[in-house]
Amino acid sequence: MATLQLLRGAEMLKQGAEGRVYRAEFLGKPAVIKQRFPKRYRHPELDEKLTHRRTMQEVRSIARCRRAGISTPVVYFVDYSCSCIFLEEIVDSQTVRDFIASARRSSSRSDQELQRLAELTGRILAKMHDEDVIHGDLTTSNMLLRRSADSSELELVLIDFGLSYISALAEDKGVDLYVLEKAFLSTHPNTEPLFQQLLGSYSASSKKSSAVIKKLEEVRLRGRKRSMVG
Amino acid sequence: MGAPLVTVAIVARTVAQLWGKPLLGVNHCIGHIEMGRLITKANNPTVLYVSGGNTQVIAYSQRRYRIFGETIDIAVGNCLDRFARVIKISNDPSPGYNIEQLAKRGKRYVELPYTVKGMDVSFSGILSYIEEAANKMLSADQCTPEDLCFSLQETVFAMLVEITERAMAHCGSQEVLIVGGVGCNLRLQEMMGVMCQERGAKLFATNERFCIDNGAMIAQAGWEMFRSGQVTQLEDSWITQRYRTDEVEVTWRD
Repeated sequence: MATLQLLRGAEMLKQGAEGRVYRAEFLGKPAVIKQRFPKRYRHPELDEKLTHRRTMQEVRSIARCRRAGISTPVVYFVDYSCSCIFLEEIVDSQTVRDFIASARRSSSRSDQELQRLAELTGRILAKMHDEDVIHGDLTTSNMLLRRSADSSELELVLIDFGLSYISALAEDKGVDLYVLEKAFLSTHPNTEPLFQQLLGSYSASSKKSSAVIKKLEEVRLRGRKRSMVG
Repeated sequence: MGAPLVTVAIVARTVAQLWGKPLLGVNHCIGHIEMGRLITKANNPTVLYVSGGNTQVIAYSQRRYRIFGETIDIAVGNCLDRFARVIKISNDPSPGYNIEQLAKRGKRYVELPYTVKGMDVSFSGILSYIEEAANKMLSADQCTPEDLCFSLQETVFAMLVEITERAMAHCGSQEVLIVGGVGCNLRLQEMMGVMCQERGAKLFATNERFCIDNGAMIAQAGWEMFRSGQVTQLEDSWITQRYRTDEVEVTWRD
């Protein structure tokens, strides 16, 4: 109940697909609170099951990624009674989506930056998959970029692990990349070469990538086979 | 599906030449979208296209209807139709309509697999599960056919609403348009409406007169194309069953 009271006074940042995101302070640190409020459109039993599972998976996968040295927000506190997760606020960051959009608008120096971004993203995703973490909802909105404090190097921070799970199957990793590919190319038209670069970097970084890329090709074909009538 | 398309193409070519009218090749899904926009006056909606052959979440950007999410195996309508056959629900007037009516009397929620992958969905696992379990559960009196219809609808529609909401959050969209045959299901419309309300968005839907495949929707899309200067030359006119929504250059929108 204390959490909900806290939310009442907090500033709502946005209403995402999974829930509402608020800005708050947690023991003096800037934090965001992600609240999975009940979705009234779905059956209460289904809603409770999904909400609980996703809150748990999000926290678990974040912990697993952080142990492997992959940047994600720190989990400060979880309140299962209202499905709220208190997370570190990633300050001075922008989504990869906005980064790509603005880099493509300004023609100068952008190509090189985009290539560096694709290379970095491929490398981080390979690392995540090598830990058997399947993100489940990879889009350019679910990746943040920030300049690390000590250098001007870009750092990629993965967020929104609500649909994530643990699996070692190449099929699951292939579908994970397929989901990203479609979100990437539909959000950023005409960026096929950039996505190829991302996959190239993924392949070079992971020992198990050849099976995953083979599955990705299989999944793409499944999509193509669908008839466009009816 | 190839044969009817070939036949209609011949009729269209014949009529075009007889009456000296321009000929236009139209993408089926674009027909649904343009008809939906015309009828509902939705301006720039996120589109959920659901039918027996397709399940896609679509949004317009830079001269294309881009597919943000879709089924990675079978279409939602296909899943419903095949379930209807498993428990012997009548095809008259359509299996989907009969499932919708039975579902209204369902009381118990039977847990089914729920598969959402980002903005994509999968229905084949649910179908396999229910094919295996349905008749066993019915003969053991664990649930009624009405309960199964209810649970299946609640599960697959929740998945559809979820991926639509995810696409809206991703694109920053505040409008939803439902098109395609499954789109006339009132429970789906109701659930989508609740989701829209929760995020201050607006729902646009039509009834079976416009949701179900019709000639007028093809004419409407053709008219939009013609207005923007497109014509299909006779020798370039062809049919295909593999025409993806995002292959069409949308010349009639900004």
